[in-house]
Amino acid sequence: MPSLGATFGRGAATLPQWDLANSDCVLVMGSNMAENHPIAFRFVMQAKQRGATVIHADPRFTRTSAMADIYAPLRAGSDIAFLGGIINHLLQNDLWFREFALPYTNLSTIVGEDYRGPGELGGYFSGWNAEGRRYSPESWQYDGVVVPSSLAEGYVEIEGFAEATRRLHEGPTPKDPTLQHPSCVYQILKRHFARYTPEMVEQVTGCPREVFLKVADAMARNSGRERTGAICYAVGWNHHTKGAQIIRTGAILQALLGNVGRPGAGLLALRGHTSIQGSTDIATLYDLLPGYLPQPHAFRPHHTLEDYLKVETSPTGWWNNFPKYYVSLLRAFYGAQATPENGRGHDLLPRIVGDHSQLPLTVAMANGVIKGLFVMGQNPVVGGSNSKLVQRGLAQLDWLVVRDIAETDTATFWRDGHLVRDGEMRPEDIGTEVFLMPGSLSGEKAGSFTNTHRLLQWHDKVVAGPGDSRSELWFTYHLGRRLQELYRASTREEDAPIRSLLWDYPVDEEGEPDAEAVLREINGYTWPEREQLASFNDLKSDGSTACGCWIYGGVFPQPGRNLARARKPDGPEGPGTHLGWGFAWPDNRRTLNNRASADPEGRPWSERKRLVWWDETKGEWQSPDQIDFVKTKRPDYEPDWSKRPAGMDALSGTQPFIMIPDGVAGIFVPSGLKDGPLPEHYEPTETPVRNAFHPGVEGNPPAKRWAHDLNPIAAPGDPRYPHVLTTYRLTEHHSGGTPTRIVPTTAELQPEGFCEIPTELARELGLRSTDWVVLSTPRGEIETRALVTDRLRPFRLGERRVFQLGLPWHYGWAGMATGDVANVLTAVVGDPNTGMHENKALTCALRPGRLARRGGQG
Amino acid sequence: MTHRNRRPRGTLTGRLVGALQDWSVPRQLRGAPGHAKAAESAMSRGLRPRLEQADRVGTSICPYCAVGCAQLIYARDGKPIAVEGDPRSPVNQGTLCPKGAATFGLMVSPGRLDRCLHRAPGATAWREVPLDWAMERIAQLAKRSRDESFVSRLPDGTRVNHTLAMASMGGATLDNEENYLIKKLFSAGLGMVFVENQARV
Ligand code: SF4
Repeated sequence: MPSLGATFGRGAATLPQWDLANSDCVLVMGSNMAENHPIAFRFVMQAKQRGATVIHADPRFTRTSAMADIYAPLRAGSDIAFLGGIINHLLQNDLWFREFALPYTNLSTIVGEDYRGPGELGGYFSGWNAEGRRYSPESWQYDGVVVPSSLAEGYVEIEGFAEATRRLHEGPTPKDPTLQHPSCVYQILKRHFARYTPEMVEQVTGCPREVFLKVADAMARNSGRERTGAICYAVGWNHHTKGAQIIRTGAILQALLGNVGRPGAGLLALRGHTSIQGSTDIATLYDLLPGYLPQPHAFRPHHTLEDYLKVETSPTGWWNNFPKYYVSLLRAFYGAQATPENGRGHDLLPRIVGDHSQLPLTVAMANGVIKGLFVMGQNPVVGGSNSKLVQRGLAQLDWLVVRDIAETDTATFWRDGHLVRDGEMRPEDIGTEVFLMPGSLSGEKAGSFTNTHRLLQWHDKVVAGPGDSRSELWFTYHLGRRLQELYRASTREEDAPIRSLLWDYPVDEEGEPDAEAVLREINGYTWPEREQLASFNDLKSDGSTACGCWIYGGVFPQPGRNLARARKPDGPEGPGTHLGWGFAWPDNRRTLNNRASADPEGRPWSERKRLVWWDETKGEWQSPDQIDFVKTKRPDYEPDWSKRPAGMDALSGTQPFIMIPDGVAGIFVPSGLKDGPLPEHYEPTETPVRNAFHPGVEGNPPAKRWAHDLNPIAAPGDPRYPHVLTTYRLTEHHSGGTPTRIVPTTAELQPEGFCEIPTELARELGLRSTDWVVLSTPRGEIETRALVTDRLRPFRLGERRVFQLGLPWHYGWAGMATGDVANVLTAVVGDPNTGMHENKALTCALRPGRLARRGGQG
Repeated sequence: MTHRNRRPRGTLTGRLVGALQDWSVPRQLRGAPGHAKAAESAMSRGLRPRLEQADRVGTSICPYCAVGCAQLIYARDGKPIAVEGDPRSPVNQGTLCPKGAATFGLMVSPGRLDRCLHRAPGATAWREVPLDWAMERIAQLAKRSRDESFVSRLPDGTRVNHTLAMASMGGATLDNEENYLIKKLFSAGLGMVFVENQARV
């Protein structure tokens, strides 16, 4: 999320999946799309049938590779070196799309002269604080002006931050359109990536130079006025201690090639769970409120409503509307109890005090800090990193509520888990009170999912679920109702938030809350009349509107008009934007930043790639899509700086990236990222080799680490763990496995866990397919069956030969298809921006045979 | 034309010849394309799609990955009888992958849970409990954990309004409306800060 957000303004896929068919070149990287998003991969195949070049860059040769024109093998965790090499190739040979990138990105913007890159400072960016293991972004700012981050949290820890950003009202950011200034982004970028030579790429990634250059050429060839290329990625890019910067590298590449906001262009984040986009938009995440507003933080200037709005409202760009969205959210949360006296509800919200994401949650559980845990449709014993640490944590709880459609591995940790199996605890010693409650599936309840390209699609309740199964809507609503009842008589100040909650949803005969009533609140209505609002443009900052998630504004514009339920596709002759099918946020826009599909004068770059254009007679932008720009803003509009313009008035008619304070794509990101304004290759936390760019600074310096006895990490190059291990998914199973391991067909197709082992290594160890093997890391050991294959090739990295192993991670003991838990091997280490773990690249040992267990099973 | 209820008549030889003529394999071996008439038999001619028995069809979305394939759920007497890809959808145009195609199997899986189970501290087995009992017990436990751990202000007076002693996981498989209520209740209502879903998993 932060990578696309920091570069283009919104942390979401920039194009609809079906638009891939209009691409001339599709790079699939960090994803095995053919197997894990098969239905979306049809559009890649359609593009290929029309002549597009399809490229797959991946540690494993998969069915995606088999369908690609070019397969580029690379070592897990070396993606930045690979993509950085392409950027260098484009810059050295002047193969980038200058007419696009010069006006639409910050290439010409001048950065303050204190900035230094890792090439100059032995592996660190300027601003490194070794004691705190963190960066200060002061030296990354533009010359003379501080730019707020376009991510959820606009605030950046810089002395006098809010005042320093006010300079944005006074004039454009400093620029040198000739690109000669030594501190302009173009020159910095060129110097930074000059180290990513083809030789270096080959040495670090293991990808042969000819193959790498073929990829670079294919991407360069399919750029420009007439041609576009798209990148599809999945968690193969996210799950690293530098995942955000891998995605950033891809985003920079696309910005340079003019591949954003245009037909067949962009970055498609392929997400794994049905509504993972929705649960980020309406974030069940610790640091985000719905609509990408930051959860107030106790140690930031967020104390009063005024403080919070002052540092979080961007002077320029779309985020200048921030107060309207926040005050309306508070109204939706607290209704009549959001008053001027309590900061319109701001004083009732909880403050975060640090990182409360999944990995620290795991550690906090194991340390006994957490007493009660709700788990709703998740299976952290299988899906969480360092599974034994997770299970230790579950055993420390007073109570655990698991809500799911079947008995999960998490719900039965006390009976069948590793602690019991390995003889470390008996069920009698585990004091956790556990509830396992049946949940509902999409056809058994009504509601909306948001798919991977921001499309909200409603599903009906068609049948009733089995027995006592209930939706999470039912559970949450009734739990809240009971708690409000329990707190009703309280007069304590600390109980004010729960007593103040607006919680009056209508229910049907079975007690099921009306999901459409909830969606209407999410959409927004007037207060107190509760009349539906047509769009987020109607929101106010004076408390007269309520809105549960501003970016979803317009999904339910009138009573009875639930656009998530719209089911009118374009016919074969239609424009193919399918505006009548579901609702895409924001404002039903299908391609983000689509103003960039026209040149600065407002003409399409070419007839072939036409999407948005300026109509002088109508005085409006035209498009078969909804326009992601001010509809009537002329292409030649220039802000009148004498008036200290704010918000959108401060962006010119040629600045398509409206969520970014200076309106252009951030190739260099001054604010918002914790590990540098540009991506740099760092080795995974556990790596078989030294960092060839700067030996001594192997991993990402500010990567998150949590010291815990049960979470030891192997040192770089530790000879006891010589192999690279990468985890992945199978077509037939889903994530933590619960909803496929209990289905006869999918369980039969992939009945048991296994590990993919390269033929050469198998020969050395005398292994054959279906033999038992034991994999181990400092966290633990698992046993599984060998699958000997040529799909994983050994890599030659400098003098060394390195083997990679591949391990599907869906398995556990519950259900019909079973296997040992891959995540017993993985570590609690995280990306400094997102807190994502690093399960795509770690090191391990492999031996033939089985585990000797005290517990006796197996 | 249906042959389903035709009773074989005539001599034994006649019936044998008839049966052999009806058998599709020799026709296909002779080179007739297997996906056309050559695969027909008296029995297959009488087969009807299960969907015809449905008394209700509803629109749904695949519960697995985020491609968001649209589905049609066919039901009879309030029970699902089939799940198909929705041919109108610009995302999947009627197709489903092996997981999506398993949705019907998921809905009717013998592994589906239909009762609330409770495991007391130290117990070695589940026991079934009424839904209402579980709800009340959970509400009481949540209140107790919150009350024992709630912090209004830090020692220096900074407002925090939170509890670090309760956590929630999950959301990426749930509806937007469900996520909204979860965030609203857990965060804005109870002051929980450990609210997380699979976005980082
Ligand atoms: S059918 Fe397959 S590709 Fe489509 S949403 Fe379901 S799991 Fe994803």
